[in-house]
Amino acid sequence: MNILSLFVLIPALMLLGLWAARSINQVRGVMVAGASALLALSVWLTVAYLQARGAGETAEMLFTDSVMWYAPLHICYSVGVDGISVVMLLLSAIIVFTGTFASWKLQPLTKEYFLWFTLLSTGVFGFFISTDLFTMFMFYEVALIPMYLLIGVWGSGRKEYAAMKLTLMLMGGSAFLLIGILGIYYGAGAQTMDVVELARLHNIPESMQHVFFPAVFLGFGVLGALFPFHTWSPDGHASAPTAVSMLHAGVLMKLGGYGCFRVAMYLMPEGLAAWGDFFLVLTTISVVYGAFSAVVQTDLKYINAYSSVSHCGLVLFALLMMTRTSCTGAILQMLSHGLMTALFFALIGMIYGRTHTRDVRELSGLMKIMPFLAVGYVVAGLANLGLPGLSGFVAEMTVFVGSFEHADVFHRTCTIIATTSIVVTAVYILRVVGKILFGTCQNPAHLKLTDATWDERLAVICLIVCVAGLGLAPWWVSDAIGGSVEPIVSHLLVLNP
Amino acid sequence: MEYTILILLLPVLSFLLLALAGMKMSHRVSGLIGTVVLGAVTALSYMAAYDYFSLPRQADGTFATLVPWNAVWLPFTESLHIDMGVLLDPISVMMLVVISTVSFMVHIYSFGYMKGERGFQRYYAFLSLFTFSMLGLVVATNIFQMYVFWELVGVSSYLLIGFYYTKPEAIAASKKAFIVTRFADLGFLIGILIYGYYVGTFSFTPTETGLMQGAMMLPLALGLMFVGGAGKSAMFPLHIWLPDAMEGPTPVSALIHAATMVVAGVYQVARMFPLYIAYAPETLHIVAYVGAFTAFYAASVACVQSDIKRVLAFSTISQIGFMMVALGVCTGAPSHEGGLGYMASMFHLFTHAMFKALLFLGAGCIIHAVHSNEMSTMGGLRKYMPVTHVTFLIACLAISGIPPFSGFFSKDEILTACFAFSPVMGWIMTLIAGMTAFYMFRLYYGIFWGRENKELHAAHVPHESPLSMTFPLMVLAAITCVAGFIPFGHFVTGDGLSYDIHLDATVAATSCVVAVVAIALATFMYARDTQPVADALARRFPRLHEAAYRRFYMDEAWLFVTKRIIFRCVSRPVAWFDRHVVDGFMNFLAWAANASGEEVQPMQSGRIQAYVLWFMAGIIVLTLMLLLCV
Repeated sequence: MNILSLFVLIPALMLLGLWAARSINQVRGVMVAGASALLALSVWLTVAYLQARGAGETAEMLFTDSVMWYAPLHICYSVGVDGISVVMLLLSAIIVFTGTFASWKLQPLTKEYFLWFTLLSTGVFGFFISTDLFTMFMFYEVALIPMYLLIGVWGSGRKEYAAMKLTLMLMGGSAFLLIGILGIYYGAGAQTMDVVELARLHNIPESMQHVFFPAVFLGFGVLGALFPFHTWSPDGHASAPTAVSMLHAGVLMKLGGYGCFRVAMYLMPEGLAAWGDFFLVLTTISVVYGAFSAVVQTDLKYINAYSSVSHCGLVLFALLMMTRTSCTGAILQMLSHGLMTALFFALIGMIYGRTHTRDVRELSGLMKIMPFLAVGYVVAGLANLGLPGLSGFVAEMTVFVGSFEHADVFHRTCTIIATTSIVVTAVYILRVVGKILFGTCQNPAHLKLTDATWDERLAVICLIVCVAGLGLAPWWVSDAIGGSVEPIVSHLLVLNP
Repeated sequence: MEYTILILLLPVLSFLLLALAGMKMSHRVSGLIGTVVLGAVTALSYMAAYDYFSLPRQADGTFATLVPWNAVWLPFTESLHIDMGVLLDPISVMMLVVISTVSFMVHIYSFGYMKGERGFQRYYAFLSLFTFSMLGLVVATNIFQMYVFWELVGVSSYLLIGFYYTKPEAIAASKKAFIVTRFADLGFLIGILIYGYYVGTFSFTPTETGLMQGAMMLPLALGLMFVGGAGKSAMFPLHIWLPDAMEGPTPVSALIHAATMVVAGVYQVARMFPLYIAYAPETLHIVAYVGAFTAFYAASVACVQSDIKRVLAFSTISQIGFMMVALGVCTGAPSHEGGLGYMASMFHLFTHAMFKALLFLGAGCIIHAVHSNEMSTMGGLRKYMPVTHVTFLIACLAISGIPPFSGFFSKDEILTACFAFSPVMGWIMTLIAGMTAFYMFRLYYGIFWGRENKELHAAHVPHESPLSMTFPLMVLAAITCVAGFIPFGHFVTGDGLSYDIHLDATVAATSCVVAVVAIALATFMYARDTQPVADALARRFPRLHEAAYRRFYMDEAWLFVTKRIIFRCVSRPVAWFDRHVVDGFMNFLAWAANASGEEVQPMQSGRIQAYVLWFMAGIIVLTLMLLLCV
């Protein structure tokens, strides 16, 4: 059997195991075993992938496999990975692993929670291994639906409203997406659903591309928090339980960027040529708009959600710049944002679990009370504002250097506007750090609180190691991604010189 | 010279060790680890300097630029990539010596100063991190590596300014320092991007073809990079973070905010100097004007401050202005004429680092003794603290430019270069040098002479600091006494060729006279128990005094920009727009869907009559449509 199918099989087995589990310890056992297996598998895959590339393997997708699923529409269960999907799988496995520990003590309905959580991860893994449009779409939907229940049942605050809003908006996006996918399929002569094959055929009529490119780009863009379709993000993240926020901001939002790149841009370069500048303006707005909005928020999760709008905006921004370097930067930014946002949400969840408030005005002096969590928060903040040595810097610099390769006034202006976000980011991060961590504790009830427990420490340390690892040794990731971005970008550049 | 990599690696190891395991160590052990490691780094730096300068000169008479280590860290494209490595040339080797010396002294000093403080281990961890970042900055092999470490020194500075993190002023100051320098760094970053794009490399030494292509854009790129340098080096109007940064522990102020990090901007201009001279001489002169204005502004503010660390902070700003001016007045003129300012600037950087660190460490001893920064709590301290007194006096004489102390020699070279550039610039800088002497001796008399605050000193008798604190003072004072006689021109010059420093008799005499007059004036005004002249002046010009005391309202102006404009006029409306317009539209869609559902719902009433009515109406409409169409 194909190695990649394990990424779907293991979560499926986990679901079975969870279903059969009788006690909370059994549930945890299944989760830890499954998440560790996935993590090990993704690490192994990364190594195997790098070795294969090192050995001179030049095929666009490796570890491919294809099984016909529904012949009349040429729907196949086809899998395959390139450098981009490999790092995304690695990211997902890390987040699932740490998310498990971040929701270690979750109450009530622990078993049901983990069932949905695992189903959500199944969708995510399935999406990243698929190379078939329809299978991809199916896994995408699998990843979306559990979110509704996870937020609606286990969330906090206005959870029903948030769950409904998030689901409806993302569903609205996927309606566009479905139209777009069908458009691609029929536009290309109804012969195949395979992404690589479709790109090779490259026969979708230009008039159709002009219609279906925005449909697909918007469909994925909603998930990638594209302005003005980002408003599900603050409400959704604020209400979601910790691990769900982690998984959602850490991985699910990456589905958006990944889809925009792999499906919308790759398959419809003429559509991109027509619409690229329009979307570039929207993403530039996202970048600064998210950052400025974050400055005045008072809820920790809102700050982080707006920060995500800004950072995910930068992903789409970089993709639309369409240079090898900027697209590599976009993928790096997806990776980096996934790790550091997961870290942020994990820490916010842990702080909230103790203080029962996320309002920055009610928190202060946490450094003395919970030093471990506070130091973790500072590290996450520094990663977020792009400190060298942590992941954010690597990604942002690659994006900016790549975007600067366009010398025309329009692109240059957009780039310079986007770079200003690094200052605004520093403002909102340091404002929060100064307010909630430093100073003296004003609330006497907080003085009795305790620092992180072992399971929380494990999750936090694991994420910090990844953030620092990417920040300190970026060259191999950059190479792996760059190699896979190359064919896609050169395909685009033929038409968009 | 491969061992130079250890100069970078050792502080990293010490940082990691102290950061991860520091809390389990005693204060003494963690301090010892930090200090011993720094001692080793200092030894290695001296060894590197000795080895480097004893290498034979190249055929053209310059020292070779060595790159013992270099590796691609982050590839972007074929030609653009961030490398990490070690570059040795006269100025980087000089900086290694400066940084390691001052840092080592500060490590020793902190043993006494920080004794018993909570977070002692953390303090030493941050010091190691800072030292590493600063060393990495000076040995950078390319402009992007410099930027990487530039950001790292920024964050170490942030962490150290905010060391007393329960103090609101410290938190605000650390935040301000980081954000203001970050804002300036945006210019640096864009400058780098322009440089990289047009010249086609991040290296300091681009190829000929790259320079041909990028020549048009170089002035812009260098100018933007200088914005970053101006932020770090506290040039007007980006200087506002530095006085506030004095909230950090005093040894930190000595190390970061006097001797090393704040001269990073000067170092950056010096690093890009060949490009400035060849392609952007006008930009270089802008550097000079900014530096001169800053030097004047800061000197005038320093004359009226009452917090001793603030006086020193403004003095630092002013002195960095001198270094910038010296670089800025350079021209492409042949032989040593054009590049004299370069040598003078580097020389002043060297001597200033030593005597300014000495001043700050001395101030630390004084603050340690009286538990306050305010001059009103001092006065007459000379009898309690003899060592601090003498060393402080030496530093004051040096910064005032009195021979034979080091400051005289370096400042004299700067003034000579200024006079060569234009007499106006020369006289302005001479005047500022006079102001320097005046405010330094105002400070000196205010601390060690003048009226003693007897009640306070009776309640708590000031005492001389322990040897761990006075020893660094003595070392730095010794360096200050002899550093002027270093044949600096043999090591660092604008064109790389060896050069014998000779004093310009007129300039030297003028500056000496000005300094002596200024000191005499300060003696007249401040050495006695009462200060009738100064008080009368303050009464005579209350507005001016108030404005200077409030630093000419620069902080208020910045606060207005950040709080009022960015916070209230941009962020608030954007957030409101997001919640009410963008999100409001989404909610409206949901509401509209819901409402139309509510509207249509009554049609499913279950009453047959209504259904029949609609049915008939439908048939009629369809029939009509058919008839009309056919």
